[in-house]
Amino acid sequence: MSLIDRLLLRELRSILQMLSEEELQSNVSVASSSPTSNCISKGGGLKVHNYFGLSDSSSVESSTLSCGEDDKGTISLKATELTLGLPGSQSHARETKLDEKPFFPLLPSKDEICSSSHKNKRGFSDTVYTEKNWMFPEAVANQSVVKKEVTTNIPKGQLSTTNNSSSPPAAKAQIVGWPPVRSYRKNTLATTCKNSDEVDGKPGSGVLFVKVSMDGAPYLRKVDLRSYGNYGELSSALEKMFTTFTLGQCGSNGAAGKDMLSETKLKDLLNAKDYVLTYEDKDGDWMLVGDVPWEYKLKIMKGVDAIGLAAAPRRMEKSKIRA
Amino acid sequence: MDRAIKLQLSTSEMNYFPDEVIEHIFDFIPSHRDRNSISLVSKSWHKIERYSRHQVFIGNCYAISPERLIRRFPCLRSLTLKGKPHFADFNLVPHEWGGFLHPWIDALSKARVGLEELRLKRMVVSDESLELLSRSFVGFKSLVLVSCDGFTTDGLASIAANCRNLRELDLQENEIDDHRGQWLNCFPDSSTTLVSLNFACLKGETNLSALERLVARSPNLKSLKVNRAVPLDALTRLMSCAPQLVDLGVGCYENEAEPESFEKLMAAIKKCTLLRSLSGFSEVAPVCLTAFYPICENLTSLNLSYAAEIQGNHLIEFVQFCKRLQLLWILDSIGDKGLEIVASSCKELQELRVFPSDPHDEEDNNTAVTEVGLVAISAGCPKLHSILYFCKQMTNAALITVAKNCPNFIRFRLCILEPNKPDHITSQSLDEGFGAIVQACKGLRRLSVSGLLTDKVFLYIGMYAAQLEMLSIAFAGDTDKGMLYVLNGCKKLRKLEIRDSPFGNAALLADVGKYETMRSLWMSSCEVTLGGCKRLARNAPWLNVEIINENENGRMERNEEDEREKVDRLYLYRTVVGTRKDAPPCVTIL
Repeated sequence: MSLIDRLLLRELRSILQMLSEEELQSNVSVASSSPTSNCISKGGGLKVHNYFGLSDSSSVESSTLSCGEDDKGTISLKATELTLGLPGSQSHARETKLDEKPFFPLLPSKDEICSSSHKNKRGFSDTVYTEKNWMFPEAVANQSVVKKEVTTNIPKGQLSTTNNSSSPPAAKAQIVGWPPVRSYRKNTLATTCKNSDEVDGKPGSGVLFVKVSMDGAPYLRKVDLRSYGNYGELSSALEKMFTTFTLGQCGSNGAAGKDMLSETKLKDLLNAKDYVLTYEDKDGDWMLVGDVPWEYKLKIMKGVDAIGLAAAPRRMEKSKIRA
Repeated sequence: MDRAIKLQLSTSEMNYFPDEVIEHIFDFIPSHRDRNSISLVSKSWHKIERYSRHQVFIGNCYAISPERLIRRFPCLRSLTLKGKPHFADFNLVPHEWGGFLHPWIDALSKARVGLEELRLKRMVVSDESLELLSRSFVGFKSLVLVSCDGFTTDGLASIAANCRNLRELDLQENEIDDHRGQWLNCFPDSSTTLVSLNFACLKGETNLSALERLVARSPNLKSLKVNRAVPLDALTRLMSCAPQLVDLGVGCYENEAEPESFEKLMAAIKKCTLLRSLSGFSEVAPVCLTAFYPICENLTSLNLSYAAEIQGNHLIEFVQFCKRLQLLWILDSIGDKGLEIVASSCKELQELRVFPSDPHDEEDNNTAVTEVGLVAISAGCPKLHSILYFCKQMTNAALITVAKNCPNFIRFRLCILEPNKPDHITSQSLDEGFGAIVQACKGLRRLSVSGLLTDKVFLYIGMYAAQLEMLSIAFAGDTDKGMLYVLNGCKKLRKLEIRDSPFGNAALLADVGKYETMRSLWMSSCEVTLGGCKRLARNAPWLNVEIINENENGRMERNEEDEREKVDRLYLYRTVVGTRKDAPPCVTIL
């Protein structure tokens, strides 16, 4: 073994030490079935462990035995998954001591040995999604993009990548096109799940309460968005609720809870009444109700987690609409 | 081919009959393969067969051109076309890859073919094509679109408006841009011929009164599958005016059905004594499922695979009374316990599909199914021949038991959600389990494997799976030998699709002639290189060898100098018409 190889090996061992002590939050996964592939290649004579912590010569069958201490004695791929998440977020149940953790840096680093100095995680700090069940329409595109970036350093086709949310049970590794479920089915089920998730965690009852405030009203009201089929119904219900507070033609304002979006009924609304419905979306911008179809609005409501809903909507701006 | 030989022996006798008689005899042979064999017997039989062929199946729309099709079968009435490769379902094929319907409609229209039926799968259909279709074929009766995209409800409106004899409009799992138009209104008042209407995949609102009027004036309507936008009370009215329904797709959003509307629904359902098939339920409260109790004993087909809101216990309560079920598609929320109950109740079950309710395991729940459910089903359902099973874990012992219990499998597709997962008890690979399946199931035609697998499983497949026609491989195998075992062993193999497996040029190039006997080969994230593909293309001019390389910009990187460059996605297929002209920039045809 050359000097360089020895140094590399020593470095590796120290990394492993550090990582196992730190209780890695990110994991590296190898969806590989080849026992002979290894990431630290090219080393002449460097006996490197492969994805499953095996040396070259062992077969796959015996690979599991020499694997890290896993409770069930099986290769737990969960432990070896690449996760992309916010630094510091926990992936659940990844407490294996498999050796291959440090082998697959997520960040396309120049050297082939990962250094423990940067976490094996891609920062997703610019994504705001906290919803566990989040599945965004361009998930596929993102997945493939993510996969590409990762595979630059790593033998092709043997990796899985993860989109990690920052909320505790972390998302599992998501490989492009896996599991082989038709995208139509995935999208349909995702939409259904979003619509059915209950804020309070009770399955299936599907109530979606939001606070509604109107300028000038002494107290707020709460409405269940799910009991309305469209914006028209909602607006008339709100109107009924707040009639006691309207000041006739004096440009009183109606207000809506967060994340309310409406359809073209808004136009009727605006023409017929003297108030305008607005809402504050997750970016903190005041948006005019009506731009997004009702069903999407409900979905987006679900997408915002409990924290968002509990926050009271602010007061509305004065409307400028006259009949 | 045996049949062709037998026919050849009797040809000499049969040739004493006039052509019309022979043609009449051919009418009794509907199977495509048999008809293909017939046409090979002799020149006269070829000619008779040509003119009497009314149904044509084209498994790969790029294997032949519309013009040649029409030249050979001028009396064509029913055409089935398949476009994109199967893995396009899982987003592995770029959207603009191809599979356009328009050239076909264009050619058929110009040649004045009397088209009556069109069945498409994974094709790109445009509104213009649908409009041309609706105007070109007077006798057009049946349009079935599965997993297609590229069109909107405007296209449907032209079909509705112009196809006077329309009997069937069946839209399954398509991506349709819903313009919320009034396409249902476009069915003329005189249109009374509808037998089957399925628009479950439409995402927008539905004109309920137009739908009700349409159903009311269609006395022959046997199959109706509505989309989500049809609520409970509308469904009740629909069923009341169509008690002859055999096949119903439900999809309504109802939080809590009021007692009166629920009772009305139940009353309407009770009258539908012919109802045999139920599907939909994509946004339905569990109580709506209970409304169907009166007829559940008659059901032969039940698809609850989109009923994400119905909990496992409700599913079990319902399914256990469906004693005559032959087909069951369900979510894994039914659990192993549920499958055990299915096994004890549904003795007529022939096809089972268990889909993952949580494909990426985000919920980290434990209600998925395991090998226990699979073994229970195999033990309890003697007629089972097709299975698609998504599960979290599997063991060799279970697969061996399943193979013993059910040697009649024709389709066996097992997907363990985690790639490379071994036997969770012994930690071994699942070679022996799948080996037992192929050895026992002598009639196996379709197989999908998963979990930790070495070359050995492919040795077994090559040795035993003599009838295998389609094989799907993912994250499996060790060396080129694996793929070679399959290519050499499975004589009837037609479609082979492989992803993320270490098979390379040696396997790809070993027997180029094999690909002429197959429809297609797909390899993605494997070890084949550009050089290997080029060599293949040179040696096999009858093949289209397509390289799909897509970088982030969607353009192919011009790395044509580097033949050692690994190929991202390879799709090759036999064809008699050479390179296609409609390939997008990300596809290179060698």
